[in-house]
This record gives sequence, structure tokens and C-alpha cells, in this order.
Amino acid sequence: MASAGAEHGTTPTDYIVHHLTHLKVGEGFWTWHIDTLLMSTALAVLVGWVFWAAARRATSGVPGKFVGFIELAYEFVDGQVADIYHGDRRFMVALALSLFTWIIAMNTMDLLPLDLPGGVATLFGAQFWRVLPTADLNGTIAMAFVVLLLIIVAAIRAKGLGGYAHEWISAPFGNHPLLWIPNAALNLVELLSKPVSLAMRLFGNMYAGELLFMLIALLGFTVAGATFGSALGFFGQVMMGTAWAIFHILIVVLQAYIFMVLPIVYIAMAEEHH
Amino acid sequence: MNVNATFIGQMVVFAILLWFFWKFVVPPLAQANTDRQKKIAEGLAAAERGQKDLDDAKSRADAVVREARERANQILGDASRRSNEMIDGAKQTAGAEGDRLLANARAEATNETARARDSLRREVGVLAVAGAARLLEREVDAKAHAQLLDKLAEEIARG
Repeated sequence: MASAGAEHGTTPTDYIVHHLTHLKVGEGFWTWHIDTLLMSTALAVLVGWVFWAAARRATSGVPGKFVGFIELAYEFVDGQVADIYHGDRRFMVALALSLFTWIIAMNTMDLLPLDLPGGVATLFGAQFWRVLPTADLNGTIAMAFVVLLLIIVAAIRAKGLGGYAHEWISAPFGNHPLLWIPNAALNLVELLSKPVSLAMRLFGNMYAGELLFMLIALLGFTVAGATFGSALGFFGQVMMGTAWAIFHILIVVLQAYIFMVLPIVYIAMAEEHH
Repeated sequence: MNVNATFIGQMVVFAILLWFFWKFVVPPLAQANTDRQKKIAEGLAAAERGQKDLDDAKSRADAVVREARERANQILGDASRRSNEMIDGAKQTAGAEGDRLLANARAEATNETARARDSLRREVGVLAVAGAARLLEREVDAKAHAQLLDKLAEEIARG
């Protein structure tokens, strides 16, 4: 976010379009965003490894600083889940913890210098590199879709297939043949609105944050000589970039928190009987 | 920003991460947490038990001290009563002994007086006979005048 790589494009539009282009292979639907896949997989491995390393060392005794920090994160998530979800919550804690930590890790990539990942990727011959998997709708929709599947599975486990099907046609208006279709339509909207809102909220926040970093970077884009205007632009980029980065830390954690809590709420709701 | 096959890949990545957390991360952390809770609860219970033991021991010690004080007071009372008794007894014994000694002395004195009076009487009798003999210039036949002499002696003794 500090330096505007003028070598990527000649105009501000080129610069932004370049930064919003994925490194991809394939055609049509079968297009794969290599950058999103690689970044998210690497961060998943990192998060999984860090937590596994702490978990295998966790005892009932006094934890060290590293294990203590991980236990703190676990206890925070466990407490959040315990407030919402009543019953055996081991899977729910795993869901919340993996969502929370993975999304924080992915969102944090937004705080890397804007042109650094692309610059590093260029060294490996990649023309484009979007570093933020959560600013790719595929990344957020994938997580939300897994949550959707879990909501349906939880509902069927709690009510049985027949009970769940009955709820589809009888709630919320009542069990009457004339009301079956309105009920089902409303339930479809209600069900689909959950993953869509989850995915769109995270994607929107991170995409907007990323875009704002790009716009701020454009302030220094015109640094070409020792003129008053370019000095002002550079100063503005540094000041606003810093301010936005500090504010963005809040968004990074807040969005991860929202994406952690809402699936638990949805699953707890799905297991309730109407 | 169109949805494409990346979506499938991301779902697989997340599913694997979720499974990994479920199987390998959460159970040991939950176990450690539960164990620690149990440990803390046990520690608190032990502390409470220790406090209770301490209170018990304190009250028992208080009881022992109170009992000891009562015993001491009792012993002191007993001792002073005994000493009073002993003093009283000694006074009585001493008084009785004094009375006895006084009585003995009185009896002795009476005996002595009687004995002295007897011997005096005998001597007076002899002296009287001797005086009479000298007066009569002849021997008094003691046998002959025994009746007279006895009468005399009796008179002397009486007078």
C-alpha cells in the first residue's frame, strides 16, 4: 500500500484493473483462481499447523506464552459458542474456531503492502496476483455454502427428514395445502439468504477495503518529480494509508467474528423446533 | 469476481480445515480446559477443607485451653480448701495437745502436792513423836501409843 508500482500500468485505471485481476487458468465455469486457491490453502495450513502445535502441547498445567495465547483464542471462541449453542458443542467450536482464525489470517493479507505480493509473484513469472482470498467471491461463498450444508444437516439431524420436510411446507404460515407453496418459497428465501448474506458481507467489506487501499495508493501514483503536488500526494498516501490500515485491523477482526458467530446462530436456529 | 470452479476448490480447502480442527485441534484444547477446571475446583475444595480443618483445630484447642483453665481453678480451690482444712486441723490438734499438757501438768501438780503432803505428814508425825519423847524424856512406846499418835497425825494432816 505504500508504493504505487507504476510499472504495472500506465494509467490509474490500468493500475486498479491490474490489481483486481486474478491469476487464473481454465475457461468459463472451469476457471481456477490460482492466487485465491494458493493463498487460502497456505493460510489454512499455517493456521492449522499453529493450532495443532499448540493443541498437542496443551495440558492442564500452566501454559507457556504461545500455548497460552492459543488457549485464549480457543476459550474466547468456546465461550461465544457456549452462549449461543446448547448441547454438545465440540463440532460447533471447531467450526467457529476454524472460520474465525482462517478468515482473520486471510483478511490480514489486506494489510500487506499493496504491491508487495504482486511484485513477489512477478519474480515467479505470475502476471497477476490478488493476495486477498476473502475479496474473491468464490472464497466467501465457498465457506458460506459449507455453512449452508451444515445448517441443513443439523436441521435433519434434529428433526428427522420427515420433520424437516414438514417444516418446509407448514412453517411459518401453517399447515394447509393452499399454503404449502408460499411456505416453501419463504423457507427457500430464508435458507438461501443466510449463506448469501454471510458471503456478501465478508466479500463486500474486504473488497471495499482492498479497493480503498488502491485508491489511496493512487495518491502517490503521480509522484514523478519534486513538485508540490507530488509531495502532497505522497504525504496524503502515507497518512491516509496508515489511518485506513489501522482502521482496517478492526474490520479484519470484526468481519471474522461476524462470520464465526452467525453460522453458529443459524445452526442453533435450525435445530430449534417451530 | 464471477463465481467459478475456484468455489469448489475453496469448499474443499475449508472442509479439510474444518475436519482438521474438529479432529486434532479442538479435542486436546477442550481436554486441557476441562482438566484445568477440574484441577482448580479440586484446589479450591482442598483450600476450603484446609480452612475447615484449621477452624476445627482452633475450636478444639480453645476447648482444651478452657478445660485446662477450669482444672487449674479447681485445683487451686481444692488446694486452698485443703490448706484451710489443714490449718484448722493443726489448730485443733494444737489446742487439744495444749489442753492435754495443761491437764497433765495440773494432775502432776496435784500428785506432787499430795505426795508432798504425805511425806510432810509422815515427817511431822515423826517429829511430833520425837518432840513428845523429848518432852517426856522417855521413849514413847510407839505401839502403846499408836492410837494416840495416829490421832495426832490425823489432826495434823487435817489441820
